[in-house]
Parts: sequence; C-alpha cells; structure tokens
Amino acid sequence: MGETFSEKILGKKAGKTAKAGEVITVSPDYYLSHDNASAIIGEFKKLGVRAVKAPRKIVIILDHIVPAAAEKYAQNHKTIREFVAEQNIPNFFDIQHGVCHQVLSEASFALPGKVIMGSDSHTTTYGAFGAFSAGIGRTEVASIWATDEIWLRVPETLKIELSGKLGCGVSAKDVILKVIGDHGADRANYMAVEFTGSAARDFSLASRMVLANMSAEMGAKNGYFEPDDKTLEWLKKRARADYDIVTSDADAVYEAVLSYDVSGIEPQVACPHTVDNVKPVTAVEGKKFQQALIGTCTNGRLEDLEIAAKILKGKKIHPHVRALVLPASREVYLEALKKGILEVLSEAGCVILNPGCGPCLGAHEGILAPGEVVLSTSNRNFKGRMGSRDSEIFLASPATVAASALEGQITDPRKYP
Amino acid sequence: MKKGKVWKYGDDVNTDVIFPGKYTYTLMEPSEMAKHALEALDPEFVLMVKPGDLIVAGKNFGCGSSREQAAACLKAAGVQAVIAKSFARIYFRNAINLGLPVLQSEEASDNLRAGDEVEIDFAGGTIMAGEKTYKFPPLPDSVIGILEAGGLIEYTKKKLQNQAKT
Ligand code: SF4
Repeated sequence: MGETFSEKILGKKAGKTAKAGEVITVSPDYYLSHDNASAIIGEFKKLGVRAVKAPRKIVIILDHIVPAAAEKYAQNHKTIREFVAEQNIPNFFDIQHGVCHQVLSEASFALPGKVIMGSDSHTTTYGAFGAFSAGIGRTEVASIWATDEIWLRVPETLKIELSGKLGCGVSAKDVILKVIGDHGADRANYMAVEFTGSAARDFSLASRMVLANMSAEMGAKNGYFEPDDKTLEWLKKRARADYDIVTSDADAVYEAVLSYDVSGIEPQVACPHTVDNVKPVTAVEGKKFQQALIGTCTNGRLEDLEIAAKILKGKKIHPHVRALVLPASREVYLEALKKGILEVLSEAGCVILNPGCGPCLGAHEGILAPGEVVLSTSNRNFKGRMGSRDSEIFLASPATVAASALEGQITDPRKYP
Repeated sequence: MKKGKVWKYGDDVNTDVIFPGKYTYTLMEPSEMAKHALEALDPEFVLMVKPGDLIVAGKNFGCGSSREQAAACLKAAGVQAVIAKSFARIYFRNAINLGLPVLQSEEASDNLRAGDEVEIDFAGGTIMAGEKTYKFPPLPDSVIGILEAGGLIEYTKKKLQNQAKT
C-alpha cells in the first residue's frame, strides 16, 4: 500500500516505516522560536546542561513585539541575544527582518523534505514548499535544544482537491476560509492537510503559504503542497542546503478527500469569534469598522500588497478608518518600496508599519478599544486577540480589506475590479 | 499496571471544563489544580476519584485552550490514563509531556461504561476490561519513558545525566 508524504518523510527520518497513528522519534532539521525563546531559555536551564546540542539547527527570529514596546519585552530580547552569543547560535535574526514564518522561508530553511518544528502554531506554513512542519510547545523546544530529538505521532492525511479557476476579486484566503467554514475548526485535528489539484498548482508560492498557514486553523499538524516547477524556480535562487522532494504515492491512503471547484467560491469573511464562523462577503456587507489591517504572516507578501495598492491607487481611505499595512518581511518591504507600492498605500492614507507581527497578537501597534471592530487579513479572530475583549475581529482577503477600507464598511471587492 | 475504574464522558470535553480558565493564573501547584479537575463537567469527580482511575471519552478530548494545566490537574488527581476516540492535537502532546497517558481507541470509547474495571498494558497496546480487550496503537519506548519519568523535562534531564555518565 502506498504512503502519504508525511508517512514517507517521517519514516525516512526515523529509519523505519512510519504508518499513520504510530509514534516515532526523529531529529528535526530545524527548530524555530521567536520572542518566546526567552521562556524556552528558562525551561532549558532546568535541564541541567550547559550547551545546546545542535546550535546550527536552532533558528530564532525576533518578530512578535519588535522593536521592544516596553521594558519587559526589551529584557526578553536582551536575554535571547545573550543566549545566542553564549551558545554560538548562527541563525539568529534580530528585530529588523520580519515575521518568523516569512523570514524562515526567505532564508531558505523551508525546503522540500525537511522536518521543521516551531514553537508557534503557524509553523504549518512551510508545507507550501513541501516541508513537514508543525507547531509544538515551549517545553518541547527546550528539550529539543538539549537532545536534538522529538517524538511525533505520524498524522493521517486529509486531501483537499482544488479544481477550476478563481473568479475576479477572489484569492487563496477566500478558498481556505470557505473550507474552514464548511468543515469546522477541528476537521483536520492532528492531521496533515495535502492541497492538490489544478487550482493548487495554479497558486503562486505566496498563495500556497496562505493555505498552509491557515491549515493550523483547521487543527492541522502540518499542511503540504507537492513541490513543482514553481517551487524549484523559487529554490534555484535561494536553496542553501540539500533538499529531497518527497511526494505522496498515487495509492496512498487518505482519511478523506474534500473536493472544491474554486470557480464557485465568492469572497469570504470569518466573523467573530471563531475562524470557522465564515460567511460570504455579501452576507456581511455594510458592517462598519474602525481599523483595517493588511499584512501578517498570512497575507503580508508582495502579491497581497500589490492587490491592495491596485484597489487604493489614487483614492483615499475612509475618514473613519485607520488602515495599517504590515509587510511580512524586510525583503517584502524593500520590493514594495522599489515598486512604488508603499508610496501608493501611504498616499491613500495607510500607516506603513515595520515588518513583524505588530497588531496581529494585540501587544502593540494598533490595539483595539472596547466596542471597536477590525477587518484584518490575519489568521485568527479569537475574542480579545487584538486588544479589548469587547472588540471584534473579522478576517478577509487583502482585496476585501482594501475595498472595505475605502468605504468604511465591509464591501465586496468585486466592485473594484 | 493496576486496575482502575472508568469515568465516562462524551465528545468535545474542552479545556475549560477540565480546568476552568479562572484558575489558570492563581493555582500553581498540581495538588491544588487537582481539586478543580473536571469541576464544570462533573462535580462528583474530584470527590470520588481514586488513584488509578481512568477517563473514557468521545472525540476531540481536550479541545480549546493550550493550557497545560488541563493535563496536569488530571494527572495530579490520580488519573492513570485518558482513553478517547480522539484528542485535540495540543492536548495530546501536553498530556504526554506532562506524564499523563492518552490512548486512542474508538472501540474502547464506544464499549466501556462508567464504573467498569480496566487494566492497561501500555507496551502491548491493550486495554483489558473483564473478558474484553481493546487495542490502541502501542506507545513506543521513548514515549513510555517520558510517561514513566513523569514528564518531558524530568525525562530529558535523566537522559542527559545518563549520557554524561557513559
Ligand atoms: S503575524 Fe500573527 S499569526 Fe503570524 S506569527 Fe505573528 S502573531 Fe502569529
């Protein structure tokens, strides 16, 4: 019987066959942490060892609260910098680089066939490049630093087959919101989600990252796209280590197959306070909001900013709306700068923030007051996540957020072709 | 392993009913946490639970928050293992890393009843209840090691100490 991608790669790593449901021990290729590295350092110290086992595998990217917004965050960053120096950790990215998932991908750790563990739930993102990547707890990262090992349960795989062509004004974000809305936030609990079909292949890598990123919001352990010519093209410029293209066998066993013809999907909005509370934009049109956010690890890449700029060019953000733009990384920021995209956005009245997590987790740079509403391109709308517990978060695509920011209320982006 | 009595619950037992959010920053000791285990679902539980008892539940046990206390409180209450059709992903890892065995068996979940006496063979992957036995995917030595050590930090610490000696 054939094997899924996850079974194959974990089997290779474990040196034995790995069937879904089994628990195996592997040595990951890389392990990511961000500002929470300071908490991990605390756990690591309890283990009674001096040195981390494999410093080259540790990737630390400061992104959550950068630059430090208060003294306690500054102290966290300082603790991390000191630890990095003391342990000779080469892959440290200080505050100027951007959101961890984007930076790790651009810096080419996210390679086909790699096993990457991260102390962040959206570590699923690297499945866009054909890697096996999953989020874990802080205690576990501390243990991996000391041992270079982790136990993993081999996941079953849910296949999502995408066919057809996207309509105008519709993007990857709408597709994944539609899937999550239809099947619920636990549909893929503990599973790998494999995105296949002609529409999956049509997606750019940036769009594939949107789906892999948000597979975490279906409960998934990891997401996956089979590497293809587009992946190889991206790797040609960047890959700095060997990689291994691992694909599912044609007769692999799946938990289920969900099929979607994307040509029938309209722009979608996830309403408060769960990501699976999804409605077509037409059902929430007219909802007023005070803040718009375009960016984050979900939708802060060049193609996202380009879409927003196209809609906002020569126009002005509604006077009741504060529009924040958060490029996912410095690389994205620079490209957008050179292409004049940031100029368009700024002229329209957007506030351009430095690359990082910013308001996405509600720690700084645009906290919501009680009663306020935000329309955001990020991935989570849990109660209180972006500020007051009495605020509301709606999630949508960059096109929907940009069009809505012009009107001061949720608006169908197909009006701005 | 010694025998324990079954406490039976349904689907989607969430972390809030296992360990209410209002205690997450006030109770730091596992023994204190144990006094509130499953409080919102079954107030009888903390009064009657005996060391070695088991929880049997339906699908998606431990969904909701990632709070580790939801595993710690059951372990401190003496729960030998939780058997369910499925576990929320983060709960599954938290439980094992804190030393609480979590076993997946659709059949056991369907057939076991409250009050049944159950014995578990962790290495063999079987749940024995009277005449009946149920299978679960056996846990490998490394995971059993984590459970026996009482959690991941203790386990890793011991492992590193042994490596240093040899
Ligand atoms: S941008 Fe938001 S979702 Fe992404 S890593 Fe940062 S806080 Fe998490």
